[in-house]
Amino acid sequence: MKNSKGIFGYLLDSRHRSRTISYTMVIAAYIILEVLLHSGSLSNLFQGLLVPATCYLVAAIGLNLNVGVSGELNLGQAGFMAVGAFSGVCVSGLLAGTLPAIPRLILAIIVGMLLTAGVGFLIGIPVLKLQGDYLAIVTLAFGQIVMNLIMNLYVAFDSTGIKVSFVESRFDLEPGGKFLINGPMGATGTERIATFTAGTILVLFALVVVYNLIYSRNGRAIMAARDNRIAAESIGINIANTKMMAFVISAALAGAAGALYGLNYSTMVASKFDYNTSILILVYVVLGGLGNINGTLISTVVLFLLPQLLRGLQDYRMLIYAVILIVIMLVTNNNVLKTKMGSLRRKKA
Amino acid sequence: MRFLSNLVTGLGLGSVYAIIALGYTMVYGIAKMLNFAHGDVIMVGAYIAFFALNRFSLPLIPGILVAVLGCTVLGVVIERLAYKPLRQASSLAVLITAIGVSYFLQNGAQLLWSASPKMFPAIISSGALKIGNLSIAYLTLVTIATCIVVMICLTLFINRTKTGSAMRACSEDKDAARLMGINVNGIISLTFAIGSGLAAVAAVLLCANYPTVTPTLGSMPGIKAFTAAVFGGIGSIPGALLGGLLLGIIEILSKAYISTQLSDVIVFGVLIVILLVKPAGLLGKKINEKV
Repeated sequence: MKNSKGIFGYLLDSRHRSRTISYTMVIAAYIILEVLLHSGSLSNLFQGLLVPATCYLVAAIGLNLNVGVSGELNLGQAGFMAVGAFSGVCVSGLLAGTLPAIPRLILAIIVGMLLTAGVGFLIGIPVLKLQGDYLAIVTLAFGQIVMNLIMNLYVAFDSTGIKVSFVESRFDLEPGGKFLINGPMGATGTERIATFTAGTILVLFALVVVYNLIYSRNGRAIMAARDNRIAAESIGINIANTKMMAFVISAALAGAAGALYGLNYSTMVASKFDYNTSILILVYVVLGGLGNINGTLISTVVLFLLPQLLRGLQDYRMLIYAVILIVIMLVTNNNVLKTKMGSLRRKKA
Repeated sequence: MRFLSNLVTGLGLGSVYAIIALGYTMVYGIAKMLNFAHGDVIMVGAYIAFFALNRFSLPLIPGILVAVLGCTVLGVVIERLAYKPLRQASSLAVLITAIGVSYFLQNGAQLLWSASPKMFPAIISSGALKIGNLSIAYLTLVTIATCIVVMICLTLFINRTKTGSAMRACSEDKDAARLMGINVNGIISLTFAIGSGLAAVAAVLLCANYPTVTPTLGSMPGIKAFTAAVFGGIGSIPGALLGGLLLGIIEILSKAYISTQLSDVIVFGVLIVILLVKPAGLLGKKINEKV
């Protein structure tokens, strides 16, 4: 699935296959988990992981579009999640009295997604002028900037309206007023309206968006620009536009994921979205296979749950997680094994 | 006068960044990889120095040497076990492995030495040199002096010795270097050894300035120094010095005159502006892609 150089018939066949597999996996997992949830056989710990898992899935699918399909290393995905999370929390907080939970959640996710897409576009203008490792470091820088800005942002509302302040909170609230974002303390007292069903729908939405993009004319242009920039340019593909499209859609998905994530916790601090979170999502994408959406789905779920499954090992769990990560990279990139796997695959075909 | 003293403080911090950035830039220049675990090698160096100076009460210089030796060995071991098998793999695979190593070191340190912060002993008397109204802490002077000495030694080594020219050859063209009989793997190991040894020096200077030792101590200076390396043009040794110093000065000045909370925003903002004007960093070489 890595490049679209193969025979057309094969591509047509395999694309339906991988799409079908994706949707089936997500829906099957949802049904099984819902059944388990209602029969009460899921532990509280595990129940608490369901929504975050869907958030990471959406963010990872988005990042795979950016890193795998478009081929630009992005180390700032968590920054986009932060934008979505805090705008979503603000929307939900503002409309708390006026709208019931479900439309409010949908509206919060849409606003988070659109706002993040806008931020992604603005950041994309300078970022996409760069290439390779320089692009990566600039996305890292932007992620840090976004996080630091939100840590210094104060948003509140009372009967007189919404108040926004920066660096220091300069407003006295009327009685009944409420802080939506309180600087370094982040968002507190958020009503937890995110649900697993909403998360699953969001995952399916992300899949539909990404699959439809990949197999469209634009998607082929994005991949052509990745595989050979100069050749793509010479056949008239507008590199800047195609890269921007992937970047903005990736950011928008991260924003939607962030909005859902933010509304899943009663308190949320911006430092949650530091570069470690960006890297975590990148690890999901790379281990799943660049450009391989099914791989992303599986690796995100496995790697997200791994630290929890290793809980029995207590203090050693993150150490073992690190070792597993290194060993997977060493094994999957081992030339001897690769040739063997390759010959196996050829025999099968 | 306040400006001058801030400038000197900035130079002091910048010197630390510069020494760390050297590790990033050398490894990038030779092995073409972003060594995300470098910040955590600094952290290990800080712990080794802490135990050498505090627990075993070694004198200062032997204590630092122990830390340098420890980090050098650590760097070479990491390179052998984790990075060497991936010489032919994609750069992303190496990046993820480096992240794995970083997690490993952080969590290993937490297990071995617990997450509670340890106080690094004062290694340099707290006095200050007074020039007119300007007073410069001895610590800052020592930091800047160390950076200068490191830079001079490294430049001489790279430009004047046979091994140094082998290193330059490897960074330009590994295959050609191999044909000339250069042991490329050896050179890469040596680069990691030097970078990690410098990380230990940086660790001691960092902890002398900010004396709390924790398992995550290396990550923020690591990112800043990485930024500094890119700032100056990654792969370029004078670039690392320039980038480190500039970054330190910008950070301290923006803390002093603009806002403490927003200093990181300003530092990273300047990086972005510089990369837009000079896409390969201040002293980086722009290599044009051939069709």
